[in-house]
Amino acid sequence: MKDELRSVTRRDFLKCLAKLAPAAALASSGLKLGTIFASEEPGGSEGEGHWYGMGIDLERCIGCGRCSEACKEENDVPREPYFFRTWVERYVVTVDREVSVDSPNGGIDGFPPPDIEEQHILRSFYVPKLCNQCARPPCVQVCPVGATFETRDGVVLVDEKYCIGCRYCIQACPYGARYLDPQTRVADKCTFCYHRITRGLRPACVEVCPNSARIFGEIRNANTPLWRFVRTNELQVLKPHLRTEPKVYYNSLDSEVR
Amino acid sequence: MEELLRHLAEAQQQITGYIYPNEIELHWGLVIVLYPFITGLVAGAFILASLERVFNVKEVQPTYRLSLLTALAFLLVAPLPLLAHLGHPERAFEIFLTPHLQSAMAMFGFVYAWYLTVVLLLEVWFDYRRDIVVWSRTYRGWRRVLYSILSLGVVSTSEESLKFDERAGRFITIVGIPSAFLLHGYVGFIFGSVKANPWWSSVLMPIVFLFSAIVSGIALVLLIYMVSSWLRKHPIDMPCLDKLGQFLFYALILDVSLELLDFVHRLYEAEESIDILAQMVQSRLFTSRVVVQALMGTVVPLVVLAVVRALKPRELVRKVAYFGTGILILVAIFFMRWNVVLGGQLFSKSLRGLTVYKIGLAGAEGAVTAGILTLLPFVILIVLVRLLPPWSGKSGVREVGQQTHSS
Repeated sequence: MKDELRSVTRRDFLKCLAKLAPAAALASSGLKLGTIFASEEPGGSEGEGHWYGMGIDLERCIGCGRCSEACKEENDVPREPYFFRTWVERYVVTVDREVSVDSPNGGIDGFPPPDIEEQHILRSFYVPKLCNQCARPPCVQVCPVGATFETRDGVVLVDEKYCIGCRYCIQACPYGARYLDPQTRVADKCTFCYHRITRGLRPACVEVCPNSARIFGEIRNANTPLWRFVRTNELQVLKPHLRTEPKVYYNSLDSEVR
Repeated sequence: MEELLRHLAEAQQQITGYIYPNEIELHWGLVIVLYPFITGLVAGAFILASLERVFNVKEVQPTYRLSLLTALAFLLVAPLPLLAHLGHPERAFEIFLTPHLQSAMAMFGFVYAWYLTVVLLLEVWFDYRRDIVVWSRTYRGWRRVLYSILSLGVVSTSEESLKFDERAGRFITIVGIPSAFLLHGYVGFIFGSVKANPWWSSVLMPIVFLFSAIVSGIALVLLIYMVSSWLRKHPIDMPCLDKLGQFLFYALILDVSLELLDFVHRLYEAEESIDILAQMVQSRLFTSRVVVQALMGTVVPLVVLAVVRALKPRELVRKVAYFGTGILILVAIFFMRWNVVLGGQLFSKSLRGLTVYKIGLAGAEGAVTAGILTLLPFVILIVLVRLLPPWSGKSGVREVGQQTHSS
């Protein structure tokens, strides 16, 4: 009797498993968990056209700030140190696990020696920042007139002739990547140098980087350097918990970086 | 632009910790603080008016029309702070013409237009129509022309048409209550839905905004009623004032409970932003959040109103108590908006530093503009009260005084 009971239970269990297996397979096919890659492509044209992204190789960044400088030059960004399309942050972690961050003039003029004595420094590194060209961009969502929009190739742009200057997008950006241009009085941000990339050129920051720390390319095109960077590195994005699905990917990203 | 740069250079000196370089400019300043403050007063005043009309709280009848006119005066000013703040005010109309439907802010045009035309203007019109018709017959000159136009050609004062006015007014008020909730709940949603900002991002934000709106609306109408009575040398209707005080007390309890819930929830969850937010409240926001909003504007009024209700002191003491708490509450609700709007921008989204807010004097977003925008609704209210007297008197037709309890 006892044995019979046990065998029935086992059989039931196996039957149950058999039923669950297809359901689990179905569920997992619908969910794209465990990937940092943006799940939604604009225009709904899977497999067609470009889809741009950028990789940042933190192990190669030396904090020279040439990217910030080139960006200001290329895009007529106001020179004052309050307006940046891209900037470089320096992180210094002490042996007491205290973290200090700075970005004097976006890194354009280089970084002064840190205030902390060398023997107290555990590690130090540079992190270039820019608009993350999110696949779920909160800035696009909140724009009341649709002046901020996503192109078919996945770049978030601002129509300067249409923006009313309400600055809701600046508030909605989790990365501090937007500013109000003091001259045009409209929101502005990194465009991946859209005027360059649509002509087959690389963004200015990528072009000038002396150490190839910035890798521009297409996310699904196996012939671009970005693909190689993605294949050979463990990648992270900034603030993944906000589910903005950035298309700027970092390797060796310290959890201190926000 | 030079002034802006000087401003930013000064602010840069006062930053503590690290903030993203683009965060040195603080984007939503004093006039954006005014916007939720003013719409809150509109919603609150309207809900007070609905107490008489829909919920039959007859004691507050002397303030019914005054509440409606107050709501209208403030609603007319409500879009101006937004306009003053835009980088391109000449493009403001795009919000109406080509709204981006996913944007909470794009709904402003619709919510505002609905509330102004369908709710407030219609309700005021139905309520005043009979008086307007009578005035158009009794007055001479430009007033006669004005009232004739305002009557929109509907000049019947028959029993039947007055009944219709009454029914329509009641119906609009019933529609108006959820609309008032929508108007201000929506303003709360604009902040509460910004997931990038841990100080704003809260599901409670719309409802906290709503209850603080009710509190501020009641306080404002109470003050306007008291001051207008003094100016007109009319006795204040004490049952009305006591009732207003009672509702103010209840609304304040609800408002405080919600804010406490929000506070405890944040503290208990203690997410990654808690350290920087705590630091902000203890330093940059200490005076406005802890001293003005929590102590002076919440604890003191609660205690005073509770004591007044429990001990029922004599009339003069009650009047002073209501007047004092009314002012304290209005100041506190203003600073509640201040703490939300500016507090959300004083800390960096890197959660590593704090910045400062400096009020500019001149300019479209400066203190002078803000002062004008605060006074403007009162000027409009004076004009409205002159044109559409909300009380009985020489020019008034409706016998408002009949139902008052003063003797």
